[in-house]
Amino acid sequence: MRYMLMVKANGYTEARVKPSEEHNAAMLAYQHSLAEAGVLLAAEELRPSSAGIRITYAKGSEKPEVLAGPFPIDPALVAEFTLINVDTEEEALDWAMRMPIPAERGASYAIELRRLEDKKENSRDPKLFTLEAELKDYLRL
Amino acid sequence: MRFMMIVKATTDSEAGVLPSQELIDAMQKYNEELVKAGVLLAADGLMSSASGIRISYPEPGGKPKVVDGPFTEAKEMIAGYTLIEVKSREEAIEWALRMPDPHGFGQGEIELRQVFEFEELMEDPVSRAKEEALRKQVDELKKA
Amino acid sequence: MSASQTHRTIDTIWRMESAKLIAGLVRMVRDVGLAEDFAQDALVIALDRWPESGIPDNPGAWLMTTAKRRAIDLLRRNKLRDQKYVEIAREIDLYTEDDIDRALDGEIEDDLLRLIFMTCHPVLSQDARVALTLRLLCGLTTDEIARSFLTAESTVAQRIVRAKRTLNAEKVPFEVPVGKELAERLSAVLEVIYLMFNEGYSATSGQNWTRPLLCQEALRLGRILAAIAPSEPEVHGLVALMEIQSSRLRTRINAKGEPVLLMDQNRAQWDQLLIRRGLTALEHARKLGRTLGPYAIQASITACHAVARTPSDTEWIRIAALYEALLRITPSPIVELNRAVAIAMAFGPAYGLQLVDELYGEPSLQGYHLLPSVRGDLLEKLGRLEEARTEFERAAAMTRNEQERTLLQKRAAACLQEGG
Repeated sequence: MRYMLMVKANGYTEARVKPSEEHNAAMLAYQHSLAEAGVLLAAEELRPSSAGIRITYAKGSEKPEVLAGPFPIDPALVAEFTLINVDTEEEALDWAMRMPIPAERGASYAIELRRLEDKKENSRDPKLFTLEAELKDYLRL
Repeated sequence: MRFMMIVKATTDSEAGVLPSQELIDAMQKYNEELVKAGVLLAADGLMSSASGIRISYPEPGGKPKVVDGPFTEAKEMIAGYTLIEVKSREEAIEWALRMPDPHGFGQGEIELRQVFEFEELMEDPVSRAKEEALRKQVDELKKA
Repeated sequence: MSASQTHRTIDTIWRMESAKLIAGLVRMVRDVGLAEDFAQDALVIALDRWPESGIPDNPGAWLMTTAKRRAIDLLRRNKLRDQKYVEIAREIDLYTEDDIDRALDGEIEDDLLRLIFMTCHPVLSQDARVALTLRLLCGLTTDEIARSFLTAESTVAQRIVRAKRTLNAEKVPFEVPVGKELAERLSAVLEVIYLMFNEGYSATSGQNWTRPLLCQEALRLGRILAAIAPSEPEVHGLVALMEIQSSRLRTRINAKGEPVLLMDQNRAQWDQLLIRRGLTALEHARKLGRTLGPYAIQASITACHAVARTPSDTEWIRIAALYEALLRITPSPIVELNRAVAIAMAFGPAYGLQLVDELYGEPSLQGYHLLPSVRGDLLEKLGRLEEARTEFERAAAMTRNEQERTLLQKRAAACLQEGG
């Protein structure tokens, strides 16, 4: 199962205050360990919301509102994400807890863990193949 | 310099009678012209005095008197205003003359008034002297 | 109406109509100089006739028709003896009276836009662009332009003549550029307007701390541009920037004529109408849905100050974020320095200092006195007074402005006192 570890934006990420060398080194080591464990799929940093555009479809209105950033700093804003492939939720949480956070910063820091929807092919359980075959028989497929 | 073009109220505007589509179109076109000439600052229409409130001070130092609308004497009231920024008094007059007759049935009246601006206030020797005196007073108060 | 009154009215109408008139005529004769001549011919005729006949109902249309007739007459006469006019005269034959009416009705806006792109064309020097734009689009006299820029009238007159000649020689087309070229040319136009505005806003010479005429002309031109080119976000961004900056014009100097810093200004005196107009313009820019350009970002920064009721309400994190965005589009050590100050305000002086220290190797900032000034300020805030004093003294030695030097020396002395 795939999980996305989203680091939420804060004032530092929006103003792009560079993290310390120590933090960068720790982050690099963390990604290295993810890769070595064979779970890392992707790790990317997003530009601040000043480089973003929001398209909002308000209820009842025909045309969407297209609005250039920057946007208010709230939990809706994402600053970076890491995509991992693990076997259990516990494992995903374990990796998320190990993600280094910039120690010297007083601002709030949030990481959100979200499981990605599995693709249909992946969800086919071999145990259910016979049941599926019966359905197909019934449908004369 | 800024000028306010004040559209006076009429019996129709006070009665809440909406202007004809023709007049609305003409006004819209006029406002567009103002925008495209870069002179329009603000333009608003007011509701009739039925929803207005008057606060007056008949006794010096006394309590205010509050009276609900509607009020009489349409000519003394305003129905809307357009604020423009122009280079001269003549230009303001020119724009006011180009505004469509705001009533169309004989009661239309536009009043043009210049808006006080900082420069005028500052350059006026009388107010400058007053300000100077005030500042001295404050300084002395501070010392004391 | 007395004769002098009529003359004043005609002068006013001329100032209101001349840009449109010239723009319409350039479309016909494809020559800025000739167009201005024909427009002025029409003015001379109006000055002669209107005092007796009265001012026509639609004076703009009257002037246009008259100017066009003059153009046709003269060009037809000259066509016979001067090869130069043949081409223009042939094109003019294609125009009918209907064209003129149409031109006055709606297309005149396109003509105005084309004219702005012409007077702000990159083949001209920056000074020439500004002078020609003030002359043809704002209808300022050579004398008024000269006084605004504190230069001699003859210099400005020459500049304008040469500019017109260059436009002709380089065959600069009368058109709104399209595609890739548009962005580049539009930024040249906006630059001219902002240059004008800044010249008026921050003129530091003599008693004229601000010269409002140029600010007003720039703002008016910006507002016109926003009306005739409404789908360009940066136009709205520039207008927003100018509106909000203008809202502080009256608080920028005190009664003694000295400058007042932003944080010390009386916010109650800021012009709320202009602030509101600026915020609306900024909203227009954002709603066009493209990431903000340099003017809109700068407008957003000034907006942060405009909406803060007190200096301590200022949203410094947002300002720091906006400087970061500006830096990405227009990398410059000065923007970095501004960002460092905002970051210091948002997250504490230590963070700002870190950025300032990184700027010390920057060659373009060598000898720039604001760098040690900012560093001194941050060090002082961190309580590192001895280092702060050294920086303030360094800065004082670098600046050429007497007033600034005194201020910096005062701050250096204050560090010494506090430390001792």
